[in-house]
Amino acid sequence: MNANQDDAFTLGPLEAGPVCCDPQPVIQVKDLSLHYGDKIALDKVTLDIYKGCITALIGPSGCGKSSFLSAINRLTDLIPGCCVNGNIFVYDQDIHRSDSNVQELRRQIGMVFQKPTPFPLSIRRNIALPLNEHGIRKQAEVAAITEQVLRDVGLWAEVYDRLDTSALSLSGGQQQRLCFARALALNPQILLMDEPCSALDPIASGVVEDLICRLQGRYTIVIVTHNLAQARRIANYAALFWIKERAGQLVEFGRCQHIFESPSHELTAAYVNGVRG
Amino acid sequence: MFRLIPTDRLLIAILRIFAVNTVLVLLLILAFLLLESWPVLMQLSLTRFVTDTSWHPLEGAYNLMPMLAGTLLASMGALLLAVPLGMSSALFIVFYAPSHLATLYKRLIELLAGIPSVVFGFWGLTTLVPLINQWHPPGASLLAAILVLTLMVLPLITLTAYTALAAVPDELIHNAAALGLSRWGMISGVALPAAGSGITAGIILAAARALGETMAVLMVAGNVVQYPETVFDPIRTLAANIALEMAYAMGDHRAVLFVSGLLLLLLVMVLSSIAGFLEKQRHA
Repeated sequence: MNANQDDAFTLGPLEAGPVCCDPQPVIQVKDLSLHYGDKIALDKVTLDIYKGCITALIGPSGCGKSSFLSAINRLTDLIPGCCVNGNIFVYDQDIHRSDSNVQELRRQIGMVFQKPTPFPLSIRRNIALPLNEHGIRKQAEVAAITEQVLRDVGLWAEVYDRLDTSALSLSGGQQQRLCFARALALNPQILLMDEPCSALDPIASGVVEDLICRLQGRYTIVIVTHNLAQARRIANYAALFWIKERAGQLVEFGRCQHIFESPSHELTAAYVNGVRG
Repeated sequence: MFRLIPTDRLLIAILRIFAVNTVLVLLLILAFLLLESWPVLMQLSLTRFVTDTSWHPLEGAYNLMPMLAGTLLASMGALLLAVPLGMSSALFIVFYAPSHLATLYKRLIELLAGIPSVVFGFWGLTTLVPLINQWHPPGASLLAAILVLTLMVLPLITLTAYTALAAVPDELIHNAAALGLSRWGMISGVALPAAGSGITAGIILAAARALGETMAVLMVAGNVVQYPETVFDPIRTLAANIALEMAYAMGDHRAVLFVSGLLLLLLVMVLSSIAGFLEKQRHA
């Protein structure tokens, strides 16, 4: 990361967090099981996600990483036939309690998906829409937040003179950064990312990866990735998921260095060295 | 350009023939209408269709405006009722109804779309018109025409809006949900803008259908040539007029009926160019 990039980066409202020396759990997942009809996607996963750290979820396709991710912000509610058991605590609140506010939960937890998906609206409106929905309507305030988050993702210089053009006219990498900006605008504390680089070309992917590194510390990040080299470069913690008895399970969780250099489980060793998976 | 192999050439030739035929049919109809109406278009000045005292074809008075007004009022009234109803039905199916109810509801709407127009007219004549007559005589009226047309275009609007909304990618909906948008926020902010062009196309199609509908309207509208003062006054539409008088019309009278056919075609053309213009605006 060079000095220029640091300058482009306005100071967000979260203080630079503790850098993972002193792990404080923000998300606590206990015995999480997830079914789609008869198919078991996740079986009894228990995992803590630590404040200010990047946690990478790795493993072969279909082992439940993305399902795990979408259970955290209850996006699984939208999938017909999906049934979630077990507990997830976000800031010590059980998210499945009947009195928990799912819209507020999703405001706290931003999410970026694999495919860049800007809304078919102008660039400005893409960011204003969720802000308006959450009660921020004053034009000056919306404009200030828009500028700040677009600067945060390094998009301001590229689009400041065409905020009213369609977001669909941006390139793939720019669209993905707009999706990051849109998620950041709501001032979340947690960011979920489902393979945010895998639909992008290598250069755009590199830009997004730098962006994720710059967000480290300010946000608690959970990222699903198939790119082991990327996980190794950016993550503080890694969790390996695997399919056992036709159900996704957590095999090993630990510091990134530990997972990649001295894994305790033989499956982990085989996967990170490219022997299996 | 790459070189074409013989089977490609054959396929292209066949496709061209069919494609040309499709357009040719429209052009032939247009040519036919022009040819048949040519005598009066040459003889009478166009202003006579606007300034003549009324529609008395046997005495040579050819004012088409009352019937044009009747046509436009009936169609616009029907759209005014059917658009909100159809849109809410489509939104209900896609976003609110539990899945088994949504399927049943959609089947019913499809059934409504399949009912022949003469059956709507028959129902209107025997049920709707007497009902309106009790409320405000004579019964056969602009209102009856509007209501019957509403029923006829409602399934068209519902099904096209449904198709457009169902085609909105899941990713967009999930993104919207992940930003903590409420269901209505998702619909108004994301789904409707994404489905906008499909919905507009459906409404235009419905408008064209309403303008041209003949049988059902003829059966319930009363067919008096006049500018209606209230919705309870009888009207005559251009399409109904053609159907009513074609059998005995001769000479200029017959040719003027073709002029009114030409006018209907023109209306539909204007509608579809508006649709094209709106589409271009959206993508600009």
